[in-house]
Amino acid sequence: MNSTRIARRFQDLAAKGQKGFVAYITAGDPGFAETLAISHALEAAGVDILELGIPFSDPLADGPTIQAASGRALAAGMTVRRALELVRAFRDKSELPLVLFTYLNPIYSYGFEKFLTDATAAGADGLLILDLPPEEAGQNAELVAAGGLDPIRLIAPTTPPSRMATISATGRGFIYYVSREGVTGEQTSLSDTIAARVAELRQHTALPIAVGFGISTPEQSAAVAHDADAVVVGSAIVRRIAENATAPDLAQRIGDFVRPLVQAAHSA
Amino acid sequence: MSAETTASLPDAHGHFGPYGGKFVPETLFSALEELEREYASARKDPGFRRELSSLLADFCGRATPLYFAERLTRHLGGAKIYLKREDLLHTGAHKINNAVGQAILCQRMGKKRVIAETGAGQHGVATATVAARFGFECVVYMGAVDMKRQALNVARMEFLGAKVVPVTAGQATLKEAVNEAMRDWVTNVRSTHYILGTAYGAHPYPMMVRDFHRVIGDEARRQILQREERLPDLLIACVGGGSNAIGLFYPFLKDENVKMTGVEAGGEGISKGKHAARFQGGRLGVLQGAKTWLLADEDGQIEATHSVSAGLDYAAVGPEHCYLRDLGRVQYDYATDAQALAAFRTLSEIEGIIPALESAHAVAQAIKVAPAMGSDEIIIVNLSGRGDKDVAQAAEMLLNK
Repeated sequence: MNSTRIARRFQDLAAKGQKGFVAYITAGDPGFAETLAISHALEAAGVDILELGIPFSDPLADGPTIQAASGRALAAGMTVRRALELVRAFRDKSELPLVLFTYLNPIYSYGFEKFLTDATAAGADGLLILDLPPEEAGQNAELVAAGGLDPIRLIAPTTPPSRMATISATGRGFIYYVSREGVTGEQTSLSDTIAARVAELRQHTALPIAVGFGISTPEQSAAVAHDADAVVVGSAIVRRIAENATAPDLAQRIGDFVRPLVQAAHSA
Repeated sequence: MSAETTASLPDAHGHFGPYGGKFVPETLFSALEELEREYASARKDPGFRRELSSLLADFCGRATPLYFAERLTRHLGGAKIYLKREDLLHTGAHKINNAVGQAILCQRMGKKRVIAETGAGQHGVATATVAARFGFECVVYMGAVDMKRQALNVARMEFLGAKVVPVTAGQATLKEAVNEAMRDWVTNVRSTHYILGTAYGAHPYPMMVRDFHRVIGDEARRQILQREERLPDLLIACVGGGSNAIGLFYPFLKDENVKMTGVEAGGEGISKGKHAARFQGGRLGVLQGAKTWLLADEDGQIEATHSVSAGLDYAAVGPEHCYLRDLGRVQYDYATDAQALAAFRTLSEIEGIIPALESAHAVAQAIKVAPAMGSDEIIIVNLSGRGDKDVAQAAEMLLNK
């Protein structure tokens, strides 16, 4: 499956000797049009992969920043259906790889198989479901993945080495290594186990490894990019969106904030 | 499928038919597996079983009586009503059965910190109690709305040395408290055991919590056989997550002539946002670790719930109950706030027993069905908790009428 947008992006980065940058934002925060504009601004700022969160009422793996963003997006009328319209609108104007990031229940209600079909048709490239371990995907007939989306798998600091291989074998696109135990959110210092854990993970997978959770500054971005294939930043961006939600130049401000983070990753 | 097969569930992956499982973020997966291993080894260890029975007897006050509610029986003029007196247990509810079991497991795993969610505060109090008894640090997450309506239990937890953390997100009730407890667990998973308080969540919790509460049904079965020399016709228990109900029902599953009814919270009636009866207007979904019936809108967003009883005010139901319902082995009905309050009053006045508002839902069901049953028939109602915690709230509601 080397033909997906995600795989091609990592091949291009590798050819240039660069590390990648993944930016997370919540779909519909603060509104549909704003998310679309921010997505294009992120691409202009050099982001390699856009991770678009579909909001859920009970985001138990998220810290306060993304919880609040989910609440705002839902209050503004975001739904799974609208999120797919957003993907389609973005895809009309861009070839940037796009990963959907969410919890199982909204997709389950939509219809799992129908979601995979519709999200693929809308132009999404990957899907990360925080509370769907690969084991359950295999044990529930209605959750069997099919279609064109790359399943993005999470590996945590608590994942035993024996499990790294089995999880990675079910993934495509890249592996998302969660850099520390905890929920999403900005941290003043990085976990000191990232380099060792990423090196260990490489023994179990040939997929590119993106590292996220807690990264918010260009220094941290550069440090993580040194060991990983890509850096993921979410809460730090989402917080700027909240702080500038009513600014007429919101998208440009977010692009300006993200550019140095991207450059730090690209030049690491 | 026969009831005999049912009693051997869940399967190795924690599934009760299509329900249950382990729908958690990856960070928690290995902690669940550790807990599964520890519990499997403890179950086979006579030392564990001895410690558990000894604490249940001497610290908690088991066995609890099976009490013939003679005046209530006469008042209703139908089936004989027995009450399984879990309200007489230490800390005032069945919750301590599970808290003690998990505390011993926690000690075996070498963890020194426990966390819990609580709705009515009974599980929080039970957890704070065992934490004090075992010397664990204890943090209890509780919705800010519940802290207000169950202030007495908040004070008890604090006296027991627990830190009670108010949760203000969303509706600020039990579901949000579970979210916050899971976030704590994800963050502190290496040092902390999550004493989940109901037969809910990811495997092995629904199975383990059931096993720790089956003592209720085991005792009740023995007691009724001794007293009446026959099995009961009907078991009734309230169902929030469903721990006291599964505890009573489980040992009777193979007794095909024993009917069972689980009673959900009907709140102000079955309309969106006004109740917590998942089998009325709910749908299949995944929440907080389990695939189960829950109250959500068509976009999969979890709906607001309402019940006069904080312990039943929850959007999802334990996975084993879904399966028992599919099999037709257990019927599920609901009692409204008004019916529960009336039952609260009736039991207090006629039997001299003030029930918890949760348990009052089960009493309400008995009041509903007993008169139409024959005087030779027997009902056992699980009186899962006592009502001291609810007196202020009930007084306010009943006096305002």
